[in-house]
Amino acid sequence: MKKTYKIEVDCAACAAKMEEAAKKTAGVKDATVAFMPQKMKVEFEEGADVESVMADVLKNCKKVESDCEIFLS
Amino acid sequence: MTKKQKKVLIRIILSAVLTAVFCLLPVENLYLRFALFLIPYLIIGYDILRKAVLGIFNGQVFDENFLMALATVGAIILGEYLEGTAVMLFYQIGELFQSYAVGKSRRNISSLMDIRPDYANVEQDGQLEQVDPDDVEIGTVIVVQPGEKIPIDGVIVSGSSMLNTSALTGESLPREVCEKDEVISGCVNLSGLLRIETTKEFGESTVSKILDLVENSSMKKSKSENFITRFAKYYTPAVCIGALALALLPPLVNLILGNSADWSQWVIRALTTLVISCPCALVISVPLSFFGGIGGASSKGVLVKGSNYLEALSETKYVVCDKTGTLTKGVFEVTHVEAAPGISKEELLEMAAYVESYSNHPISRSLKEAYGKSTGRQVEPSRVTDVEEISGHGVSAVIDGKKVSAGNVKLMKRMNITYAVPQKIGTEVHVAVDGTYAGYILISDLMKPNAKEAVARLKAAGVKQVIMLTGDARNVAEAVAREIGVDVVKSELLPADKVAEVERLLEAKEDKERLAFVGDGINDAPVLSRADLGIAMGALGSDAAIEAADIVLMDDDPVKIATAIHISRKTLRIVHQNIVFALVVKFACLGLGAVGFVNMWWAIFADVGVMVLAVLNATRTLKS
Repeated sequence: MKKTYKIEVDCAACAAKMEEAAKKTAGVKDATVAFMPQKMKVEFEEGADVESVMADVLKNCKKVESDCEIFLS
Repeated sequence: MTKKQKKVLIRIILSAVLTAVFCLLPVENLYLRFALFLIPYLIIGYDILRKAVLGIFNGQVFDENFLMALATVGAIILGEYLEGTAVMLFYQIGELFQSYAVGKSRRNISSLMDIRPDYANVEQDGQLEQVDPDDVEIGTVIVVQPGEKIPIDGVIVSGSSMLNTSALTGESLPREVCEKDEVISGCVNLSGLLRIETTKEFGESTVSKILDLVENSSMKKSKSENFITRFAKYYTPAVCIGALALALLPPLVNLILGNSADWSQWVIRALTTLVISCPCALVISVPLSFFGGIGGASSKGVLVKGSNYLEALSETKYVVCDKTGTLTKGVFEVTHVEAAPGISKEELLEMAAYVESYSNHPISRSLKEAYGKSTGRQVEPSRVTDVEEISGHGVSAVIDGKKVSAGNVKLMKRMNITYAVPQKIGTEVHVAVDGTYAGYILISDLMKPNAKEAVARLKAAGVKQVIMLTGDARNVAEAVAREIGVDVVKSELLPADKVAEVERLLEAKEDKERLAFVGDGINDAPVLSRADLGIAMGALGSDAAIEAADIVLMDDDPVKIATAIHISRKTLRIVHQNIVFALVVKFACLGLGAVGFVNMWWAIFADVGVMVLAVLNATRTLKS
């Protein structure tokens, strides 16, 4: 399953870091962050619990880029 | 300016004023001076320091925050309070400028693509009510007043008007519509009041599809973007380690050799290189350029589904075109009817029209039209049974108990029927009734008026070969090819042959050259997806074509292919300019900084100045 989220991130390098962090999160099959439209597209593993996975994604992204935000709803 | 940006601006002003005031104060005491400068330094740099510390704890040691924190704290430890504060100040000014410039170009591009309708008018108890397009169900009648955007795809139930489709197609000529016409969302109603029965939900409507597509285009990253991201990943830590080595090694070597260590000089040089080395300019300018290029293209009616496709388009050396609907209008007309002895022209036309009555192929439609025109009667489907389509050959069916076959020469050969060879050029439809030859009908497709110009422009844009594929008869195909000026023509191809032909061409070309296939999206989805780059044209309202293609030309003007190539080339040129410019300036400054020729101010230019120039250059992609 794929979902797209709106994000807020200040620089393109930070967006790349977020992408990296999101990809490494358990339950995420693939993730892409596009800086220009400020969007993150996440492809989840089969049977993953989207909400808890996204909470982890947000936590991991905050780790690498404390200023970033993902709008989960 | 956003809230965040305003806050930074206030901090910059406050810190700059304090720094200036403290510079003028005649404070001799070192500790007092330190304490005073610490105030503006912390005002401007507290968030950077915080991020740097957080980064270390989270395993993100060598990033730009770390660089700036290290550089400025280093400067302060060496007693260079003013420089430390100023570097931080300029870094923040640069960041603010960057986020402002990027935000502005982001908004510019987005507004260019903003075709999202805000509301739909629904009539309730004789009153118009504005509702969210998302809430409108299929089959609702909506009212679109002059000057308003059509919010949802549908069919006009009453009213006629002119529509401005330029937001979708880039075409400035308005389109005339009247009752029973299908209209698509995103067009602007220019003159009359329209009542439209919706045929789709908002989320499935053309306008949503297009917005989705363009917004997601940045998700498909180009090679240049991936290169830069990978580059930055290794570059930043490498520079940090280099700077550390620069700060430690020369003094240590000096100590070993018995000279004076010159610690402060080497540390300052190391800090300078740190400031120079921020990768922002590179990382920001590449996606911004692509975003601009895609935005610029979409304002011209060319939808590019990803940065990677824009990149591939710029490397296109072979363009393979479908004939019908791409280079020709796909509007067929019966130009000649030649009946075999014993059969009248009307009978022949009637047979042909009936046998083809179940097909929606342009040729079938032209037959039905010609039959309707010459006799004034409509085809009665009840007279036709046992329709059988023979792919690439024709159709056969039972009409009034007689078995009628209609198709090309191949069909006649397959049925072992001797047929007449037409003298004129056109698509031939041979008809046989119960195995006996009944005659042929010639149908011609009208060439698009600018097909020739389109091919010439492609050549001028550096395309090596323009190849035309068609299922049409050889003589027709070759006549068209000569007229338009394509290099190679392959005729009488079945749909599967087209895939094979494209595969053969893909095999033959060199690795770095790209092959684009241009079709009208009808029946050519397999070829569209097989080619390096699938371009669908005239795709407005055709979901299948939008789905299958990588690049979508909203109207059916073939000249747009060359336009799209030009935009892609320009974008890529700017991307490369930016990469080379930023790298050259950075490495030049790095080299000079390491040997002490560049001071902190130059370092800041190398960081902020280069970034700003790169962003400005990137916004050029919008204009074409």
